[in-house]
Amino acid sequence: MTTTIIKTTTKILTPLILVFGSYIILHGHLTPGGGFQGGAVFASGLALLIVANKYETIKTLFEKVPLSVFESIGALGFLGMACLGFAGYTFFKNVIANSGFPIFGGKTPVGINPGYLNTGGTLSYMNIFVGIKVLAGLTSIVLIFFLIMRRERDEW
Amino acid sequence: MIEHLPALMIAVPLFGAFIAPLFKKKQNIAAIWAILITAVTVGLSLLLMYQVRLNGVIVYVFGANKPTLVLPSGYKVPIRIMFEIDGIGAFMAISATLMSFIGALYSYSHVKAESGLEKYYALLLLLEVGILGMVLTGDLFNLFVFLEIAGIAGSALVGFRNYRGEASEAGIKYLIVSAVASLMVLFAIGILYGEYGNLNLAYISKQVSFNTLDMIAFGLLFTSFAMKCGSVPMHYWVPDAYTEVPAGINPVLLVSTYASLYALFRVSFTLFANISLSLTRIGWIMSVLGVLTMFIGVTMALVQKDVKRLMSYHAISQTGYMLLGVGVGLTVLSDPKALAEFGRTAMAGGIFHIINHIIYKSLLLMTAGALFYVTGTRNLNEMGGLARKMPITTLCFIVGAAAISGIPPFNGFASKFLIYESSYRLNPLLAVFAMVTSILTLASFVKVFASAFLGPPLEKFENAKEVPKPMIVAMVILALLCILFGLFPDIVLDKLVYPAVDALIKVAQYQTWGGLA
Repeated sequence: MTTTIIKTTTKILTPLILVFGSYIILHGHLTPGGGFQGGAVFASGLALLIVANKYETIKTLFEKVPLSVFESIGALGFLGMACLGFAGYTFFKNVIANSGFPIFGGKTPVGINPGYLNTGGTLSYMNIFVGIKVLAGLTSIVLIFFLIMRRERDEW
Repeated sequence: MIEHLPALMIAVPLFGAFIAPLFKKKQNIAAIWAILITAVTVGLSLLLMYQVRLNGVIVYVFGANKPTLVLPSGYKVPIRIMFEIDGIGAFMAISATLMSFIGALYSYSHVKAESGLEKYYALLLLLEVGILGMVLTGDLFNLFVFLEIAGIAGSALVGFRNYRGEASEAGIKYLIVSAVASLMVLFAIGILYGEYGNLNLAYISKQVSFNTLDMIAFGLLFTSFAMKCGSVPMHYWVPDAYTEVPAGINPVLLVSTYASLYALFRVSFTLFANISLSLTRIGWIMSVLGVLTMFIGVTMALVQKDVKRLMSYHAISQTGYMLLGVGVGLTVLSDPKALAEFGRTAMAGGIFHIINHIIYKSLLLMTAGALFYVTGTRNLNEMGGLARKMPITTLCFIVGAAAISGIPPFNGFASKFLIYESSYRLNPLLAVFAMVTSILTLASFVKVFASAFLGPPLEKFENAKEVPKPMIVAMVILALLCILFGLFPDIVLDKLVYPAVDALIKVAQYQTWGGLA
């Protein structure tokens, strides 16, 4: 399946796709998209890498990456951000927004503006955690399909 | 902290579910972790029931400044996702948490030899989250989301023994049925949202009127929830799913089926109260569906040879009793005199039967799982003479079989008797069918008892031993509950069942968020 065309295209495209995925995740509270969409884009970049490389390389590489741990971290982080609201408010209350917290805690300006990254509070953190979970989950799905398919292909 | 109880009901099992996959290397710890988390949720749900009995409807608005802030200043309609918990929600929550605990306890030894257990327990806890969300939520779209969570976690668990072809088939079947049902639910929610621009159950229920669109939405919701609770024309997935799922998941899967039944009741009694109050036909449809379900289920159970499959068909048949009881109540909902005379009793019977059935059917399916654990087969013709080898399992089976057949000192009798009495008042034929079903149930369980436990000891089971302790403890707890609920039905009825019935009948209370708006 791996040809020179795929390899060359992957070299050029993958960094772009990964950056674009991170952009969608980080700007989830400003532009269309968010954690899930960005995570999916990021995972598609990783899928391209998986497809363009050799079976053995991928196998040894991803044995070191604890994808299921990433999934748990994403989900637990999301839950943790939601639990912040227990301190005086309710579950899922956005306690960081407009609080002056240095990261994502900036004051949201009123009126027409280009959108400021340093706003959004809990929402931005949740986007990041969802992004981590989705990219780990989708990548492991692609990886499992790839590993199973390749093994059968070798047997042909 | 007590005001955050509804959120904790979801947050605690979710936390447990996401921690569980981290115990990849030590699967024993994952099992103990799941038992611990489910035990905590049992405590929380009991506390929740206590609070509901104390304060009436509990409302929890997510993301607001205060849990009870339903209408923020300047708004006439609720805008946030909220949980709205009344008697029946708390009742279902108790059933769900109790059965998750029993299931986790039983699984500790039952699936010990399998691999991938950290995912098994994560899925068990996610299934619990799905059920709890479905029964506690006051938001239509949220209901759909939790229905999906329960459906996906459930289908993964049904296909857990994926080295067996039948398990994968049953898993796919369950997945397709859940997907079709949830898509229909989503479509109906879309209709309602397009019409009223809101997703809050209480808000929409005040707006619903007699127009075609609402009737279509009602029909879709009714059918899809009837499909997911295994009522008769759509019962085909139940035997496969219940047979192939590991016995430790059976209690939880049963409750997830009845969470759909709860949704069916919620939709008919609360969401479309304006329609079902003036159309007695809907109550009749539910009752007749119940009669068909119980009768067809039991006749199909009689011919089965696979012990778990036989019990699964009985699960279908027993769902019929719940539909019949609550359907009788729904029929006379607009007639206060008949409602007070027998409608309320019928609904109490139907709802009491939910928890009774969950208890004894889980017990029976778990004894079937114990038989499978010891003999390695589910075929009744290959078993025999196991009573001496497994005395406690045999005793538990006798208790469960007596309870499902409605023999007096056990819990099945208490709820079935209420249903016989009250459905007779609506139409004698309904009660006749219910009684005949009970007799047929007894007949088929006598068959199971005779072929599995009685008879001369077989040579191939010479070394058969009683199952490990955690399985025994789980079964004995349920057997004791069977006896206790049967001996003191009045306490359970007063503390758990009648609050649930009244919550369904008193729509106005739900529509005003317990007097908050």
